[in-house]
Amino acid sequence: MGHAFSTTSSSAKTLYQKIYASHVVGKLNPSTDLLFVDRHLIHEVTSPQAFSGLKLANRKVRRPDLTFATMDHNVSTQRRSIDAAGETSRKQLEALAANCSENNIPLLDLTHPDQGIVHVIGPEQGLTQPGMIIVCGDSHTSTHGAFGALAFGIGTSEVEHVLATQTLPQQQAKTLKVEINGELSAHVTPKDVIMAVIAELGTAGGNGYVAEFGGSAIAAMSMEGRMTLCNMSIEMGAKAGLIAPDETTFAYLKGKAHAPQAEHWDAAVQYWQSLYSDADAVFDKQVEIDAGSITPQITWGTNPEQVIAIDQSVPSPASFTDATKRDAAERALAYMGLAPGQKLTDCQVDVVFIGSCTNSRIEDLRAAASVVQGKQVAAGVRALVVPGSGIVKRQAEAEGLADIFKSAGFEWREPGCSMCLGMNDDRVAAGERCASTSNRNFEGRQGRGARTHLVSPAMAAAAAIAGKFVNIATVSSEQAAIQKETRYE
Amino acid sequence: MSKIFAKGLVCPLDKNNVDTDQIIPKQFLTSVSRDGFADAMFFDWRYLADGSPDPDFVINKPEYNGASILLTRANFGCGSSREHAPWAIQQYGFNVIIAESFADIFFNNSVNNAMLLIQLSKTNIDLLFNRCQQGPQHWQIDLASQEILFGNNAALGFNIDADIKQRLLSGLDFIGSSEQLNSQITDFEQSRKASQPWLG
Ligand code: SF4
Repeated sequence: MGHAFSTTSSSAKTLYQKIYASHVVGKLNPSTDLLFVDRHLIHEVTSPQAFSGLKLANRKVRRPDLTFATMDHNVSTQRRSIDAAGETSRKQLEALAANCSENNIPLLDLTHPDQGIVHVIGPEQGLTQPGMIIVCGDSHTSTHGAFGALAFGIGTSEVEHVLATQTLPQQQAKTLKVEINGELSAHVTPKDVIMAVIAELGTAGGNGYVAEFGGSAIAAMSMEGRMTLCNMSIEMGAKAGLIAPDETTFAYLKGKAHAPQAEHWDAAVQYWQSLYSDADAVFDKQVEIDAGSITPQITWGTNPEQVIAIDQSVPSPASFTDATKRDAAERALAYMGLAPGQKLTDCQVDVVFIGSCTNSRIEDLRAAASVVQGKQVAAGVRALVVPGSGIVKRQAEAEGLADIFKSAGFEWREPGCSMCLGMNDDRVAAGERCASTSNRNFEGRQGRGARTHLVSPAMAAAAAIAGKFVNIATVSSEQAAIQKETRYE
Repeated sequence: MSKIFAKGLVCPLDKNNVDTDQIIPKQFLTSVSRDGFADAMFFDWRYLADGSPDPDFVINKPEYNGASILLTRANFGCGSSREHAPWAIQQYGFNVIIAESFADIFFNNSVNNAMLLIQLSKTNIDLLFNRCQQGPQHWQIDLASQEILFGNNAALGFNIDADIKQRLLSGLDFIGSSEQLNSQITDFEQSRKASQPWLG
């Protein structure tokens, strides 16, 4: 590990290249390296077949001490019981519990007070640290890149591979630098930033790349905000998102359960401080975005690049020069029940979902609560808040946020993935329109025929109160200002 | 091993950004087994609300019955890391997918299931879709020479990563070949522990 940096390298490296180089165990062939994995996070949905495969081949989990499990995807958010989300879910949760106990893998099950969405609890527990390689059978593993860790999603065959060997075959990815400079406007959140980046690059713009975010707007962002940003880098196809660690990162990690303990802390920080892209490192692609030009965003279609600023009109398919994009727009409008030229601020919402690994952290709930405070959810709107973890939930309750939501008419739920993908019973019905703080607006994602509009927590909260989408910039200026001041301690 | 990796009927799925929620929706992800996903493939597109096959969806058209090569557009397999997506496609009967581009995780997952994913330029993809409009197509894929053979001596070359090609041709064991570096893994673990003891 450390030895890769103790000698000065002749050529400048990007952060990604540094982390990659420091994890090479050996070469499998000229183009493929075997990389060591520092943290392997697992959950109930993508691991059962990997454990069966392992057993079938008579293999053991090589490093249970570097493997951590949680239950999140199909747990009920109404009750903490593995029976509460139906028979098939129960079987899957039981399989995870059995696999973990058989193999000595620590598991945050439903009885654990810190249980939550895998990408929320990793950082909270201090499992996520700069310079690590972190993998999980889940595409939003990119979230952990906010700490300067190389973190990416893998499939079940790869989960099995990591369980068996604590390594993964990899090839060097291309590098993309997304530079965001300037100050964000008062109503603009990290969610809006990443949606604007996706709009700029497209859903496939990051294919084959690891994206590193940098610039003064990123430096000013809290860890929560950085996680939101890296979380959705997969939505532009990037293999991973990355942000170089800094004092904000170190301050967040200090004192966390699995963070380096006192006797190692200084050495760890010293190492972490070497984790940045060298000034003369060359990226394969570079984009620059002026933070001040970003406005509150909302998706109108069925993929995350079909996004507009909230004060813009739904585009006409004819405005797309590319024929397949034009067809996709036409299909998306039909599915979403929208017409070209329509303003989304004229659209009624039926459901509001505040949650998911994108936006279920304390800062997100604070932003939403500041919009909700003293107001009521509009008649006919079903609104729920699903905190990302037990820790977030307790903190929100202690800060009085839960009371604000509950007295406004929101449902206040137990932690889990919930309506982000509707594997449990939290679903959006066919034809219903949902303001969602999650990350995917695919057809059927939140339920068959469900119409998802991705927005920031403040925009979702404002939609719940108004019963339709509103331009947060015209509603109130306080909550965004509060949010900008908020820093996780 | 024959130099023909695959041959068969081509099914054209003329869409960009086909995501993993479309390839296999979440209600099928609660399974703990690797099998039984064929009927779940493209579930929401494939079946009408009453459960009967949608006759307008290309997969259901009689002329594509038995297809084993899937032709599609850009960013195929975007979205989640669920390996259930390639499992469903493979169990339905496709072992080759030809597209303008693939999402990274989907690509790796497919290769790990010994499927061949061929990436071509937009121009060539357009060309192949045009061919499909002339009537059902039967193509052969020669992996050794990296060519799609259309019959009548017509062929289209494709690029493929040398390592992946080797794995597909020799059927190398994914985990087994990494295990051959076992002593290097152990060495790495020891030096990691010495230089960064906090990592465990
Ligand atoms: S919250 Fe949604 S995107 Fe995040 S891990 Fe859960 S299902 Fe996946």
